[in-house]
Amino acid sequence: MVDQLNARLRAERVTLRYDHRTVSEDLSFAVPDGSFTVLIGPNACGKSTLLRALAGLLRPAVGRVLLDGSDLVALPAKERARRIALLPQTMAAPEGITVRELVGRGRYAHQRVLRRFSRADEEAVEAALASTGATDLANRRVDELSGGQRQRAWIAMVLAQETPLVLLDEPTTYLDVAHQIDVLNVLHRLVTQGRTVVAVLHDLNHAARYATHLVAMRDGRIVAEGHPASTVGTGLVAEVFGMPNQVVPDPVTGAPLVVPADTREPAAG
Amino acid sequence: MLGTDRAHVAVGAREAAVCVTAALLVTALAVIGLWVGDFPLRFDEVLGVLGGRIGGLTRTVVLEWRLPRIAAAIAFGAALGVAGAIFQTITRNPLASPDIIGLANGSFCGMLIALLLLGGGWHLLMLGSLAGGLVAALAIYLLAYRDGLSGFRFIVVGVGVSSMLAATNTWLLLRADLETALFAAAWGAGSLNTATAEVVWPATGVILALLVITPLWSAALAQLELGDDVAAASGVAVDRDRAALVLVAVVLVSAVTTVAGPISFVALAAPQIARRLVRAPGLPLAATAVVGALLLLGSDLVAQHVIPLTVPVGVVTVTLGGAYLLWLLVHEFRRTRWSTN
Repeated sequence: MVDQLNARLRAERVTLRYDHRTVSEDLSFAVPDGSFTVLIGPNACGKSTLLRALAGLLRPAVGRVLLDGSDLVALPAKERARRIALLPQTMAAPEGITVRELVGRGRYAHQRVLRRFSRADEEAVEAALASTGATDLANRRVDELSGGQRQRAWIAMVLAQETPLVLLDEPTTYLDVAHQIDVLNVLHRLVTQGRTVVAVLHDLNHAARYATHLVAMRDGRIVAEGHPASTVGTGLVAEVFGMPNQVVPDPVTGAPLVVPADTREPAAG
Repeated sequence: MLGTDRAHVAVGAREAAVCVTAALLVTALAVIGLWVGDFPLRFDEVLGVLGGRIGGLTRTVVLEWRLPRIAAAIAFGAALGVAGAIFQTITRNPLASPDIIGLANGSFCGMLIALLLLGGGWHLLMLGSLAGGLVAALAIYLLAYRDGLSGFRFIVVGVGVSSMLAATNTWLLLRADLETALFAAAWGAGSLNTATAEVVWPATGVILALLVITPLWSAALAQLELGDDVAAASGVAVDRDRAALVLVAVVLVSAVTTVAGPISFVALAAPQIARRLVRAPGLPLAATAVVGALLLLGSDLVAQHVIPLTVPVGVVTVTLGGAYLLWLLVHEFRRTRWSTN
């Protein structure tokens, strides 16, 4: 199945390990070009680890990750970063940095050793600010922003990298629901503009609505993948999350909507 | 677009202003340092020597007795500041300074071993000090490395290694004969009394060469401020560049420690003071170098001329450092209570 897809980025039979803890073994996976691929699964199922391997941040102990046919670990870091961007889970904004300066840091892979901010850099920064709706925030300090605004600034930094592949690890976690939808709409727009987006999401219903390719993981393995309409069902959700549930059509978009079964203890008396 | 230009120009201009101001102060202090001392000179005599118009004993006093010490204070201050900025950026922690994580004790240890077991000689002492610093850094790096380098673990491991090295150094000193022990103990307090031309110029040469190449990594350093993962994803070869930066910082510190012993506080404070003056995000390398030079030169003049008995400059810097450390801890505590990021 994997080979039928057009996929610039793919993992071939990789074993992923931290120290001596094996997260995934013999895992193969391809990111369909132009897709909005969403990884879901319970905590510690290996989604983030897979994402880090796809971004070239974690070297597979066995197997390899291929980008345009060449081994990711053999690519020079800057060349890799001109094709794949990743927004990790942990990042640190230096005290006092402005949004525009932060977004400018996304241009590292395009710059020479002694940094010169070129016209192309300026334009990429402005475009990234505009497409995340952060233009008005450009001169604000990152440490003064709300959580949603801050997340948009970080996403803008990743977009300024101008890569065809954009990977994001839980970009909506810690945001309120309106800001989650904001961020997902930004990502959706990227996909319509021709970029390939891979994101780890926690909210199943957001995943089912926005993903064009859904990947469900458990215990370091891919349990199922495909379009949400043909993938998300009561059985899969029960298998992956161990949660009794019903799946009904989303009244707004018709996408699968997961509703947890009522597992409360009956009230006393 | 204009906004970005303006922001860059504004930060650039502020850093330039800070550098120029601090450099002028350094120059002024340097001239005072050449002028004042046990051998009384008139101010115009100093200028005459610098202009090449006066020779003889006056020239010897200024250029051969006093200049090496002044040059050492400037070069060593800059070296310590830049080394501190590198460690603080890599670990993203303002407490990570070479003197706290044990590099200075490592250099001292290597130097003591060269002195006591191998007999000494400046070249041997230099090599011993350099090797000691490198081994200490490597030990901390390997002990603290676990799927990447956590700044906090790096510091805690460094403090541990530092204490072990300090104990080793004490033990080595106890084994030495009195004369050697006195020499080593004076050196161990951090002093520029031993800054003679013979040792200062080679050390200064090494330091200048390193300071010239350090800007090659300034962009990578700026990315590392954002976290290892962000840096790696944005195109920094994190492990390679970080190892190169640690090496540069260790050699800088060792070059200083070899001649002057472990001088505390400058590496800790110069980057933070420079950052607050420049008001830039991250630690500005050039400003840090000039502020470091100013701190050490100023402290050495105080140690030599202001305090009634001549004390090692390390005593002055460590006193300043204690006060600064308290202030920093209070400040950091407040800041981390307010924001989680």
